[in-house]
Amino acid sequence: MIKEMTCVACPLGCQLTVELGENNEVLSVSGNTCKRGEKYAQDECTNPVRMLTTTMKVNGGSLPVIPVKTSSPIPKGKMFDCMKVINSEVVDAPIRMGEVLISNICDTGVDIVATNEM
Amino acid sequence: MLKYDLVVIGGGPAGMAAALKAKECGVNKILILERAATLGGILEQCIHTGFGLHHFGEELSGPEYAYRFIKQVEETDIEVKVDTMVTDILTGNIVVATNNTDGMLEIHATAIILAMGCRERPRGALDIPGSRASGIMTAGTAQKYVNIDGYMPGKKIVILGSGDIGLIMARRMTLEGAKVEMVCELMPYSGGLTRNIVQCLDDMGIPLKLSCTVIKTHGIERLEGVTIANVDENRRPIPGTEQFVECDTLMLSVGLIPENELTRNAGVMIDPITNGAIVDENRQTSRPGIFACGNVLQVHDLVDYVTQESYTAGEGAAKYIKSKSKNKRTKYISVKPEGGVRYVVPQNINCDADCDVKLYFRVKDVYKNGRITVTSGDKVLYSKKKPKLAPGEMEYVIVKSDDIKELDKKEIVVKVEV
Repeated sequence: MIKEMTCVACPLGCQLTVELGENNEVLSVSGNTCKRGEKYAQDECTNPVRMLTTTMKVNGGSLPVIPVKTSSPIPKGKMFDCMKVINSEVVDAPIRMGEVLISNICDTGVDIVATNEM
Repeated sequence: MLKYDLVVIGGGPAGMAAALKAKECGVNKILILERAATLGGILEQCIHTGFGLHHFGEELSGPEYAYRFIKQVEETDIEVKVDTMVTDILTGNIVVATNNTDGMLEIHATAIILAMGCRERPRGALDIPGSRASGIMTAGTAQKYVNIDGYMPGKKIVILGSGDIGLIMARRMTLEGAKVEMVCELMPYSGGLTRNIVQCLDDMGIPLKLSCTVIKTHGIERLEGVTIANVDENRRPIPGTEQFVECDTLMLSVGLIPENELTRNAGVMIDPITNGAIVDENRQTSRPGIFACGNVLQVHDLVDYVTQESYTAGEGAAKYIKSKSKNKRTKYISVKPEGGVRYVVPQNINCDADCDVKLYFRVKDVYKNGRITVTSGDKVLYSKKKPKLAPGEMEYVIVKSDDIKELDKKEIVVKVEV
């Protein structure tokens, strides 16, 4: 299978063409102008991860929601599952910066932490 | 009348960094005036990550980036007045401000730093025909609704303009369960960062329609849809390409304008291209003792660059405050954009500049393998090829102070040649 993607390792934004094998293994990468492009394609095709940032409902805070993020990147395919869990919970103020609000979300081994204090 | 050595107008990343640097340089009495209820500025609603890679060497969210500066300000004796609106700057550097506890304030400042940031270009600036139905808003307004006030402004969304705030909101609304139908961009290229196109649109399966715009809005009480059309090379809609798209919300991400009402009223000279003040390498404006930095001076892509620029302004203001008695106007070298360069900041450099000067600029179009040159008469001060230059990415070059001192022509030209 051939996959087209844009490299985001730098602002150049090379258009990459990735040739994938039967088990989604990367056979070849073309269109990149540096080595980072090859690594980007490899990561994106085998294990794409993203930081998830959103808000969580707060009880008794100065604002109705507090911004949160995943403590490290999570698999791209789990973003919407994580959103469901985050949106089903309410946290009580006061909340410290960096406080863990949900631990090991969706069995990713990653926590949801506050990115502000309230 | 209150008296301060330095009054900083605006408590966002620019104002905080400028005040902190001035403090570090030994300025005694500093006051920050902030319109909102807290310090932090627009970063408070920019909950996505990507801030601080240059300045802190790590990727932070907006509130985290702001928090680090807020804590630093709290550790100093810099005074802060929040919920305070500055209404005027009078001759003699008197700042007029008002709030609920002090009433009307007149503050005498030896130096003033303008750090009011920018505003989004509103619907009225686009002349899209249609009624004033609810559901038409700027992307930043929608961002405040979702990330600060905690509610969703719509369910079916069209975004006009592919600026970074629009792209970020496309992903944000999708994550919260809304359907983003498309992002329309008038230009044949996006004004947003490539990374945002990939991670906000491609990831979420949202189409980006280039050379396409909204030509009409439908609905009386609430937005019911928009008519989009492709545009030709002169950005005029092409008849026959019109298409109706059902939506309840139209978000605009069509550019930012530095908020310079105060600056204009103070009689500071404005650059018609940046819409910000004309400044020298210390970020001093045409009015002695008034400095400007951050998005009020020029719209930045990265807050890290705002911080850098604001440190420069803070240092410049500190120098001014210390040497005020013997402050003399030196001669300027003017910095001019040419060819593919749209503007350069700073627009002036003092002839006796005692350190290297960073010239920030934006190009007019997308250039592949363009050569950036900085020249003065026949003298070439800088020349380098870049694989890609785009209007959406601010560039900078450094001019050495030794070179500045040796110039016989009092003009520097920044150019891009393909």
